[in-house]
Amino acid sequence: MSFFLEVLIGGLLAGVMYTMVALGFVIIYKASGVFNFAQGAMVLFAALTFVSLVERGLSFPWALAGTLGVMLLLAVAIERVVLRPLVNAPPLALFLATLGLASVLEGLAQSVWGTQVHGLDLYVSDVPLGGLGVQVSRFDLFAAATAGLLVLGLAILFRTTRAGVSLRAVADDPLAAIAVGIDLPRLWTIAWGVAGVVALVAGLLWGARVGVQFSLSLVVLKALPVLIIGGFSSIGGAIAGGLIVGATEKLAEVYVGSYVGGGTESWSPYVLALGFLLVRPAGLFGERIVERV
Amino acid sequence: MSTDVSAWSQSEDVKMTRKTALSIAATVLVAALALALPRLVTDYVLSAILVPFLALALAAIGQNLVTGYAGQLSVGSAAFMSVGAFAAYDLHLHVPSIPLLVSFAFGGFIAAVTGALFGLPSLRIRGFYLVASTLAAQFFIEWLFTKVGWFSGNSASGVIMAPPLVVAGLDFSSPGGHYWLSLLVVVPLAILGRNLVQGRVGRAWMAVRDMEIAAAIVGVPTRRAKLLAFAIGSFYCGVAGALWAFAYLGTVEPHGFDLDRSFQILFIAILGGLGSVVGPFLGAAFVVLFPIALDNVAGGALGSVVDPGLLENVEKIIFGSLVILFLVKQPAGLARLAAIAWTRLCRVALRE
Amino acid sequence: MHHSRIALLSLASIALLTACRPQNEGTSTDKVSSATVPGSGPAATPKSEGKTQYFPLQSYRVGPYAAGGTGFFGGFIDYMQLVNTRDSGVNGVKLTWSECETEYVVERGVECYERLKGGLDGAPAAAMNPLSVGIAYALIDRATTDKIPLITINHGRTDSTDGRVFPYIFPLVLNPYSEASAIVNYIGQREGGTDHLHGKKIVVLYHGSPYGKETIPIIDLLAKNLGFVATQIEVPHPGSEQQSQWLQIRQIKPDWVILRGWGIMNPVALKSAAKIGFPADHVIGNVWSNSEEDVTPAGAAGTGYVSVTTHPSGRDFDVIKDIEKFVVAPGKGNLQDPKRFGSVYYNLGVVNGILNVEAVRVAQRKYGKRPLTGEEVRWGFEHIDVDDARLKELGALGLMQPIKLSCTDHEGGGAVRFQQWDGKQWKVVSDWVRSDRALLRPIIEESSLKYAKEKGLTPRDCEAEARL
Repeated sequence: MSFFLEVLIGGLLAGVMYTMVALGFVIIYKASGVFNFAQGAMVLFAALTFVSLVERGLSFPWALAGTLGVMLLLAVAIERVVLRPLVNAPPLALFLATLGLASVLEGLAQSVWGTQVHGLDLYVSDVPLGGLGVQVSRFDLFAAATAGLLVLGLAILFRTTRAGVSLRAVADDPLAAIAVGIDLPRLWTIAWGVAGVVALVAGLLWGARVGVQFSLSLVVLKALPVLIIGGFSSIGGAIAGGLIVGATEKLAEVYVGSYVGGGTESWSPYVLALGFLLVRPAGLFGERIVERV
Repeated sequence: MSTDVSAWSQSEDVKMTRKTALSIAATVLVAALALALPRLVTDYVLSAILVPFLALALAAIGQNLVTGYAGQLSVGSAAFMSVGAFAAYDLHLHVPSIPLLVSFAFGGFIAAVTGALFGLPSLRIRGFYLVASTLAAQFFIEWLFTKVGWFSGNSASGVIMAPPLVVAGLDFSSPGGHYWLSLLVVVPLAILGRNLVQGRVGRAWMAVRDMEIAAAIVGVPTRRAKLLAFAIGSFYCGVAGALWAFAYLGTVEPHGFDLDRSFQILFIAILGGLGSVVGPFLGAAFVVLFPIALDNVAGGALGSVVDPGLLENVEKIIFGSLVILFLVKQPAGLARLAAIAWTRLCRVALRE
Repeated sequence: MHHSRIALLSLASIALLTACRPQNEGTSTDKVSSATVPGSGPAATPKSEGKTQYFPLQSYRVGPYAAGGTGFFGGFIDYMQLVNTRDSGVNGVKLTWSECETEYVVERGVECYERLKGGLDGAPAAAMNPLSVGIAYALIDRATTDKIPLITINHGRTDSTDGRVFPYIFPLVLNPYSEASAIVNYIGQREGGTDHLHGKKIVVLYHGSPYGKETIPIIDLLAKNLGFVATQIEVPHPGSEQQSQWLQIRQIKPDWVILRGWGIMNPVALKSAAKIGFPADHVIGNVWSNSEEDVTPAGAAGTGYVSVTTHPSGRDFDVIKDIEKFVVAPGKGNLQDPKRFGSVYYNLGVVNGILNVEAVRVAQRKYGKRPLTGEEVRWGFEHIDVDDARLKELGALGLMQPIKLSCTDHEGGGAVRFQQWDGKQWKVVSDWVRSDRALLRPIIEESSLKYAKEKGLTPRDCEAEARL
């Protein structure tokens, strides 16, 4: 029983890590309707920038500030160069553009900062915490706490600040938002900037977990099933989706995987997502598309 | 009055005939070029550029049928290519006397069945969320072929080596032979595909893509159309996969058909122009040729001064930027560009 | 619309230019490599004067494995630069090379092979060194048909050790079976003798790819022979999530874990081991989990971790010192980051360079002091006999093990040492541990003869060839 609990808790905590990456997608999708496949490259870029600044002698807070600045600049650049010209393009073209963007960011990250691998130390030792016969990773708990703070911060942003409320308005009805006078391009910049900050936090936590190297951008593959289950435009959905994916993935790997030789983790989240969709075709929290004939 | 009208219609007829003549001339020229190519270019171009170009174009045709004509978003083309490659190989392994083309067709058939299976959710799920189904296919199939040794002939490493390429007693194992085999497979299938999309099936697909509910009301069998799209599209991907494995690489491991490859096929289809017949070929040409061209040009000019790693990363940036630029300028793809160029050419030629 | 016409025209012209350039002569289309630190001057590779030997390099400096690639090819290039600068080439024949980026992707490796196999400016290609299992598999048939040796140092297809069936494929120094056997022997040593292995539990954590799976049957065989319980657990590519696998390991409570990792899987494995409290010094990494790049991201969790190596890292070897003196100091070093000089991957590149050049040298004794074809260099590889005396001459005593290749044995070495990470660098902690080659050879031959039958090949008669 305690083993089951261990796997479950470990899975939930892993799910929180997936949620963090998914949050970036949700913010951008809510604001501009774009499925930003370059989010993974943004996570890599942020993590690499931070680590390289630290290695060049900057202290933690200054490196953080520096990376923040870089991510905000990136957001401005992306909005002007990619989003604005593609305003009326079909969604598939926009998705493809983000694929191109991912390529650019990956190439840029490695040209500027080099191809070396780096360790990222967040000064949280990973000695396991034990109790009731169950071992839990200290780092994972720290990550979950950070993620919780992030979500809280985003919630406050969306509910109280002007920009946040405008974002929700745009997500709800873009035309009405324009009619009311909301400056769409500026809002998109803000949305991509916030997504950049989320990418930074995700990059730091994931980088500390697995090391900062090129494969970090593959975390985006873990976010996809989370988004499908939770809906593309809901933060609550991303959280719920992340927890569900994390827990199911780990439990399946341990209990089902032993019968089929392991490795089920690579596909079980997607099959799970598919199952969810067959029951609820717009995701758990996504907008229901009602079609009446 | 009537004489004026008939005069008008006569000159229009003449214009039409001249335009058709130009089209036929162009087609004959392209065909002649394709047939003469082995004598004009080196082995390197044949085996490392033309063969992958043809295989990827075929897969992109399949992708185009599902996503471009039927409007169903699919990101699992590489998985279906994988199914085709492994099915063709396994048939050949257990029935060595089977003709090569039959094993290709078999690979395509098994891929079609798989595609239809993973296309079933499209009957219930709409829009972007449909990617869940083909993504599940992509990862599950990759895992299946890695895990279950039977598919790869129980070799310890899981890599399969292609059998000798012999069709009807003729040996196709030279670079020229690889090219001919690819042409032999791709051209008829491409023509078949064109007839399909211009016929009743294609119209049903476009109805599903553009106005699904109206189509259903009017009596178009939308469910069958969707499944057929997945099946036929996957058939093309399956044959392309077998071609890729047998005629190009000579080996295949499951990771060669991963999500990156699916994205590459989607890329080619969209860049070439969704919903066009010639689009997949243009897109494949771009994706295959451009990195090599960039490598040669940049490497020749700057290779002696700039560190190769940095150069490579810069090339990556250039490629990504070009994709974005291209999508901004012409989201309808290379096919639209080509169509515009062709119209201009015809106008110039006919004015003479 | 103006833009679209221009775009189409430029696209077409680029296509035409690429397609119509004569690739087989390998002229100006190939990227001449830079042996420079950026901005410090033109390339130092000599243009062909009719007496150069060409080494095509299917390198990877971009993408997830770039760290390993830049280290390995850096060492390889620096060694060739040393031979050119210090020795004026091999008996007067200078070495030249060019790089083609594969990004570790199979079809790019194949395209690079086809592009570069014809030679450079008239200098013939000596051997192919793609440093990738996937690419190597795709090139086996091609290299054999084109008669160019394909070198897969420390990796590759195990049965290609049998040169009678694979005349052009060389898994130099260590093939995967030897590696597995040597690791088990080392564990036996740590346990006080291989007979003490009886009843012990060993988990093999392997990367979900052909490379990772290659040794499954041999581990099972060794388990049966020596009486230990082997559990083999797969980590799906890329390996950034290993929580479930290590929880399972925690349940099994093994005595040892053998790590057959690649890329990001390695540091994650070490971190996950720390998470469940498994001691790092009981994790034994294989030859692709043994570099600085594999442990650094794991931070403190990597301290104590032991891994295999066919050559130590460090700068304290004559050949490395020479490279420092003749190549790096004058500013011609290939590494971007000078701190990586002497690292595991770098030294592997140097060792690879030594063996490739030695093959050319040996072949020149038979065929003359001139640029050689792939077939001739193949003869050279098969007659490499590097003993301690020769190692001293090469400046590699202590860096490399003595190696003797032959027509039937394309591996030659089969022995390894073990090193331990102390948080800052690798320290060698064992003497040479041999693999059980007598046990492995029949299995290798069974596999290679099966391959020969499938392909309809007749194995070479090595004795007859030797008499020629």
